[in-house]
Amino acid sequence: MPRYFTEDHEWIDVEGDVGTVGITDYAQSQLGDITYVELPSEGTDVTKGDSVSVVDSVKAASDVYTPVSGSVTAANAALADEPELVNTDAEETGWLYRIAISDSSELEPLMDRKAYDAYVAGL
Amino acid sequence: MNVVNASGWKPSMGEGGTSGDAVTASGDRGLMLEEPLIFELAGEPTTGVDFEHCELEPIAALDKHLRKAPLALPGLSEGETVRHYTRLSRQNYAIDLGPFPLGSCTMKHNPRLNEKVARLPGFADLHPLQPGDTIRGALEVINELAFWLIDLTGMSGVAMSPKAGAHGELCGVLCIRAALEAKGDAREVLLVPESAHGTNPATAAFAGYRVENIPATAEGRVDLDALKARLGPDVAGVMITNPNTCGLFERDMKAISDAVHAAGGYVYCDGANFNAIVGKVRPGDLGVDAMHINLHKTFSTPHGGGGPGSGPVVLSEALCPYGPLPFTAKTADGIVHLVEEDNAAEFDHKQAFGRMVAFHGQMGMFTRALAYILSHGADGLRQVAEDAVLNANYILRSCEDLLDAPFGQSGPCMHEALFSDASLAEHFSTLDIAKGLIDEGFHPMTVYFPLVVRGAMLVEPTETESKKGLDRFIASLRHVAQRARDGDEALHDAPHFAPRRRLDETQAARKPVLTWKPAAED
Amino acid sequence: MRYLPLTDPDRTAMLDVIGVGSVDDLFVDVPEEARLSGPIEGLPMHASEMAVERHMARLAAKNLSAGNAPFFLGAGAYRHHIPASVDHLIQRGEFLTAYTPYQPEIAQGTLQVLFEFQTQVARLFGTDVANASMYDGSTACWEAIVMAGRITRKRRVVLSDGLHPHYAEVVRTMAKFTRDEIASSAPKLEATTDDAAICDAIDDATSCVVVQYPDFLGRIPDLAAIAEAAHAKGALLVAVVTEPVALGLIEAPGHLGADIVVGEGQSLGVGLQFGGPYLGLFACREKFLRQMPGRLCGQTVDAEGKRGFVLTLSTREQHIRREKATSNICTNSGLCALAFSIHMTLLGGEGLARMAKISHARTQQLVAALADVPGVEVVNESYFNEVALRLPSDTREILRKLADRGVLGGVSLGRLYPGESELANGMLVAATETTTEEDIATFARELAGVLA
Repeated sequence: MPRYFTEDHEWIDVEGDVGTVGITDYAQSQLGDITYVELPSEGTDVTKGDSVSVVDSVKAASDVYTPVSGSVTAANAALADEPELVNTDAEETGWLYRIAISDSSELEPLMDRKAYDAYVAGL
Repeated sequence: MNVVNASGWKPSMGEGGTSGDAVTASGDRGLMLEEPLIFELAGEPTTGVDFEHCELEPIAALDKHLRKAPLALPGLSEGETVRHYTRLSRQNYAIDLGPFPLGSCTMKHNPRLNEKVARLPGFADLHPLQPGDTIRGALEVINELAFWLIDLTGMSGVAMSPKAGAHGELCGVLCIRAALEAKGDAREVLLVPESAHGTNPATAAFAGYRVENIPATAEGRVDLDALKARLGPDVAGVMITNPNTCGLFERDMKAISDAVHAAGGYVYCDGANFNAIVGKVRPGDLGVDAMHINLHKTFSTPHGGGGPGSGPVVLSEALCPYGPLPFTAKTADGIVHLVEEDNAAEFDHKQAFGRMVAFHGQMGMFTRALAYILSHGADGLRQVAEDAVLNANYILRSCEDLLDAPFGQSGPCMHEALFSDASLAEHFSTLDIAKGLIDEGFHPMTVYFPLVVRGAMLVEPTETESKKGLDRFIASLRHVAQRARDGDEALHDAPHFAPRRRLDETQAARKPVLTWKPAAED
Repeated sequence: MRYLPLTDPDRTAMLDVIGVGSVDDLFVDVPEEARLSGPIEGLPMHASEMAVERHMARLAAKNLSAGNAPFFLGAGAYRHHIPASVDHLIQRGEFLTAYTPYQPEIAQGTLQVLFEFQTQVARLFGTDVANASMYDGSTACWEAIVMAGRITRKRRVVLSDGLHPHYAEVVRTMAKFTRDEIASSAPKLEATTDDAAICDAIDDATSCVVVQYPDFLGRIPDLAAIAEAAHAKGALLVAVVTEPVALGLIEAPGHLGADIVVGEGQSLGVGLQFGGPYLGLFACREKFLRQMPGRLCGQTVDAEGKRGFVLTLSTREQHIRREKATSNICTNSGLCALAFSIHMTLLGGEGLARMAKISHARTQQLVAALADVPGVEVVNESYFNEVALRLPSDTREILRKLADRGVLGGVSLGRLYPGESELANGMLVAATETTTEEDIATFARELAGVLA
């Protein structure tokens, strides 16, 4: 299953037409203790680059921009009670939402793991 | 032996030894007092207010609306109540206890005369909707204060009703929008510098504008060229704080205003920092169209642990016709009238954009501010600005060898000195300085604001600190800064001596507990 | 000058440390042409404490204060007795001269008060949570509408005709700029509220319906029925309480289905103060917590495990989220919240109920006395402590004449609803526990005299 990364520190796993989106471990480490995650509701149509979710820490609120366009099919309900999952397991159980991808060509400019690691190292 | 004192009591210094960590049964330690919540103090339902007996039963039409269960709120006797709040008060820092050097907040001494006059029954026990002839003195207070605010700022008029600074910002921005819309010129964008208070972009958005940031120059001022480049037919205006949040005067203010006006826009000035220039500079002379004045900052009405404030907005001639109702107007016969919806047409004020509040604004703050202004007079207010700026520069130059002053080379500061955590040892931050100052017995400065400086520390001493008081503060700030440069790990755990140690804000935000519930319900 | 501690030798010594010759050198960044060379002309110079006090006392003496006349005004600002200990306690410097509690370790006094206040307000309103206060009732009302819009993502608002006309005007003013659609109208001088009409006005595009309880004319609407109608259309019920003392007697709006309850807290602890500062109360269901405006105080623990309080969920607020904040509010009404909370602590639920019952009883006596005055018609069927009257002529003039006779008689509906000729002869009168039987008798006698 391919995983892509954005310069805004989102990741997306792609399986067929469905993507799973989260923020990277690097992003969570920059935010500190995450206190709340505002998630998109199911059925919301979003366009690449839209702010679709907000990740709150005590002193900051960070927008999450969707890496692809499509329709939200699910949000990670576990985060309601345990927003700290984004701290402890950002790139697996701390995923944010699933999306039915409407235009897979939008994935092309995204980075792979190696490129993203190099990008972060350069920050 | 001749025993003169049989009680067994004898003065003693004790035998020494350390008891600093001894646990007390009460949880209190001498005068360091813990205090439960009122809900935990209360017993059986009772009340601390005596009422006469009432035999009349409610009217029948109320039957279906009556409470089904008694209101579950604890009542305490007067003595218990006085003790509860007095004990709580001792866990607060306050300007009455020492300097409160919060940058951009202007925490100055609150004269008690102001409290006294605000409580005169002729002001405090007055209903806002009484007939005109019974409130002439109150309207004269508003009008007299308005007169001063207009003169001190060199503007044409003032909207007195906004309830606080941010509310005043909204009032000013709505005046701008109303003026543009009256010309059929709907514009969409307000330009706001990166260094602005958070209320500026929030206000612009609330008023329906899109916010665009304008960058700062390396010396901490608005980038005039970048601003000019962005001006155009879609820009309604700019919101500029002057003196700005880096503690610097915007030298190009007049040029900014001219450019904005030439492009058909208006200039909003955030007056939060007016204390630095009151009596020295008039914003009206710099081309400002609207500016709110925080009476609880410059004019010393008390902050009260977070409010109330009061935010009158002075307006240029161009914006005056759009100011909201109500306001006061003096007619040729010397009588001050309240102009509201009922009589706005008589006073030829038909373009008012509407109303921002019920009633007429913060009267209790007006009386206090007027007493303060009259006490100082035109000469004293000028001295206020000079001493405020002098005090801030004294702190800046007394600490810049130990604490990085990012704009220290840009020249003198105005009323506040800006430092950053750049000179501290690795892993030591602004937060450590702040918490270290608490252990020194001082309230910290504003921290992590403005956002344009990483690890910002903004120190505003105000004019009401004495030189000796400043020297004590400077000694403490230098001591804490030195500890942070030396890597003193104990600083990370500060404060050690306050009523509470560092509080877990993550837990508070993850699992919000905003009301008290009895243990059984948890 | 008595508030300025620096002496000239101090100033000289400090200028030396700074390394400049004069204070003017510190103002070099101010363009020369903008600098004033001396005190602004035409304004008076500094004055002694005695002189200022004399001036202010002279202005105060020009007013007829409520305590110096039979007094019957309400309309969103009520005169209740405030125990002496309330004002004493709020003048403790540690409360009066503290700032917003941004450094919680040295602000537990203010923070614990706010936590207690939030609990008191939530229980009074019958809601899950409350915030640490807003400016006043009218601004809280608008903020509730904005919040309902965020929650429902709809832009149409129905105002009941019994909403305070100033509150309605604030809403209409703000909505002009935000482009929210507001359905509102002036009330009719009728015995009961027209709840069916409000319910009918709610459609699928409605984000919320705003209902004052008791309404502006003192009548009690059927909140439960309106809540049901609103929820059926996916709209929220915003209840507005301008007289919180009423809730000592009548059911809390939160228990009747209101989703957001806002109000004016001035009745408890704050006083009349010619209209401000007052106290905005704001409460709602827990599920809407993160959409609330204003400061919130929450419980937590410190590094040693001791219970403590902090301002929390601040990512909703302007200083963090800037243009995306839930509101631009920063300063609130902290000291008024303290006064409210102390008064409520003295009263308890029991005291509030007794205060409400006496206020209501005085109003019953007032209604009985005025109903006997020729030309006076009492409009209301239900009321708590305020009723509407219909008089034979314009009530602005009647009230002026009453004032000339030393009676502060009520509030003219004509003044508050200019252009509504039906209401020009309407007048609101209110009574509280401060009203005496003698006041009532004087009012009835003088009103009869004016109308004769």
